[in-house]
Amino acid sequence: MSIFHPTGNWFRSPTGAERMWIGMALFWCLVMSITMPWWHFQGKQNAPSETYKVEPADFIQRVSQFVEAHQVGEVNNVPIVEPPPGGDAYLLGQMWRWYPVLKLKKDQTYRIHVSSADLQHGLSILPQNINIHVIPGYDYVMTITPTTTGEFSLICNEFCGIGHHMMTGRIIVE
Amino acid sequence: MNTQTAATTDYRVCNTTGLSVFYKAEFFTKANAVLAVIFLLIGAVAAILLALTRWSNVMLLDDIWYYRMLTLHGVNMLVFWIIFLEMGILYFASTTLLNTKLFSKKLAHISLGLMAVGAVVTNYIILAGQADVLLTSYPPLEAHPLFYLGIILFAVGALIVCYNFFATLYIAKKNKTYEGSMPLVTFGAATAAIIAVVALIHGAIALVPTFLWSMGWTEMMDPGIYRLFWWGLGHHSQQVNVAAMVAVWYFIATMSTGAKPLNEAVCRGAFILYILFINLAAAHHLLVDPGLSSEWKIWNTSYAMYLAVLASMIHGYTVPASMEVAMRRKGFNKGIFGWFAKLPWKDPGFSAVALSAIIFGFIGGITGVTLGTEQINIMAHNTLRIPGHFHATVVGGTTLAFMGLCYYLVPLIFQKDFYLKGLARIQPWLFGGGIVIMSLGMSFAGTYGVPRRTYDSDFSGATLETGFDPVAHIMLGVLGIGGVIAFLGLLLFIVLVVAAVFFGPSLKGKKMPTWQSPQEQKMTDDLISKGYEEEGKDYHVKTPGTVVLVIVFLLSFAIYYFANWAALADLWHIR
Repeated sequence: MSIFHPTGNWFRSPTGAERMWIGMALFWCLVMSITMPWWHFQGKQNAPSETYKVEPADFIQRVSQFVEAHQVGEVNNVPIVEPPPGGDAYLLGQMWRWYPVLKLKKDQTYRIHVSSADLQHGLSILPQNINIHVIPGYDYVMTITPTTTGEFSLICNEFCGIGHHMMTGRIIVE
Repeated sequence: MNTQTAATTDYRVCNTTGLSVFYKAEFFTKANAVLAVIFLLIGAVAAILLALTRWSNVMLLDDIWYYRMLTLHGVNMLVFWIIFLEMGILYFASTTLLNTKLFSKKLAHISLGLMAVGAVVTNYIILAGQADVLLTSYPPLEAHPLFYLGIILFAVGALIVCYNFFATLYIAKKNKTYEGSMPLVTFGAATAAIIAVVALIHGAIALVPTFLWSMGWTEMMDPGIYRLFWWGLGHHSQQVNVAAMVAVWYFIATMSTGAKPLNEAVCRGAFILYILFINLAAAHHLLVDPGLSSEWKIWNTSYAMYLAVLASMIHGYTVPASMEVAMRRKGFNKGIFGWFAKLPWKDPGFSAVALSAIIFGFIGGITGVTLGTEQINIMAHNTLRIPGHFHATVVGGTTLAFMGLCYYLVPLIFQKDFYLKGLARIQPWLFGGGIVIMSLGMSFAGTYGVPRRTYDSDFSGATLETGFDPVAHIMLGVLGIGGVIAFLGLLLFIVLVVAAVFFGPSLKGKKMPTWQSPQEQKMTDDLISKGYEEEGKDYHVKTPGTVVLVIVFLLSFAIYYFANWAALADLWHIR
């Protein structure tokens, strides 16, 4: 009777099916809690953690330098930039675009620095469905190796003002 | 029942349960429940407009009103509706179930006033277009100061209710209005109140400096730190909802089937696990955030080895198992599931709670633990998979359970009977069914990467074009249809409750009318009246049906969990 107070000494160890279920549930919890660190060491997809503090103005400047040094083309007035394989690339989220377009090579690893010029943004690479959170003041380094080729859309999936649903970008993988 | 502290003019004896209902506390249960339903209605109007906008073939609202309604919906549903109702539960669980008066009527008035003013102010400033920042109000997004102030006032009011609740527990213990341990439902409510205090402290750390900033008095709080503390509010309050919901499960299980907790130590131990390990859950929202180490994310994600998940899995067994024992003791012993078919499905309070447990466990729980895995979150963060998950927990789970509670609250506390009982019987199915459809639509659209909190899923007008697979748009249609069905179920609920509370036949001096056949009700009453007298007698009744149910649950969980890891392995390499 969950609405009445239990009388006497109600403490009792679980037995029977209840005990079995608690054991099974605990085992499953242990399986899940071991899977995460195991994947951290063995898996190829892990949440990035490398971060640096950065002033938005400084980050914008680094992005401009990066674009100047490695621009290879233009699409709809947005520069296409090809970073050196294995090198650093920059991606700026601002109201409301991802800047610039990045051109990468398949199976090459890049360190992509992502940050925001203004509000918080959500970087979403589609149709891969890779998503990370972007916060102004934080230089978030995503070490990424594209394993497929084609044109990939970037969208913003954190609300960033009235133009949020027009904030896109692109990554080209050859 | 006699009390040493209360005069007979302070309370009435419930004609259904024999418990003492104290007039002052009863008033505050009623007042909070009425306010809850008002804000539920506001949130529901916003909800249907949102569903009809995300349905990409309809797109009802324009972009400004979409984000405004999204703010309004989140604040009213996740904060005002649910917390007002929880405050009503705290007043009930601390007085009637402990047979004591309320600690302070004055504090109760003050807290009610603060909460009502806070809720009205917040609603006003959102509708005035001064706070299009969504529920989370992540800086540097900035709202009008009244937005933060309204929520702070509401939170202070809620904190005072929690204080009044703990003080009432204290005087009940001191005056020995009950012997031994408090009832399980009160224990669950106390769990919710403890977590609520922790949540509200985190909320103050995030929102008070943000309010000062919006006034122009201080610098902006670091947006990363804000997220850490805001989610200390945002996720903890979901654990308040879970604890309150589970307390309601136990309450309705007893009232509708005569079930008794199988093992008080196990049930209470599971509640304690919530208190101890839920603090870590804010991490789920920060798994792909900059500034936090992998070690921090993995440790907090696993809730220290998923011990809070263990707690929910324990309740997921003990609640149906206690019902199975009760049904078998009534003689419904046929086969493994004979008892299941004979459960009081005609009682909307019961069917709401049964659906709540199924939706919460099978959809909300499984998706939540999986999406909250550090690496799998890469494929889920800020996509529609997230609202797909939490509409199954907080709406299909908590809100549906609270609706079920209202089918008992109205006759027992408001002492009014329902009209249109046939419609009441289908209401939980309509609402629960709609939420399941909507939640699945969201989840599947999210697997294509369709973002949450986004007006136009096609990003039309963007410099660099993009778009989604047609299947994703079909799923957005499923979302819309589910939303419409759930909205109808919710409106039906409000019509039934309002008609009963304000115009329903009085039940003063009468027993609550049964939803079951008189014979079944008598068997239930017999079990309830025996209470703890036959302690231990039913502990040896086997529960094969529940064992089958939980094993099916565990298999579904494992399949979904590992299927997500398999999908993750196909992504680009990222570290």
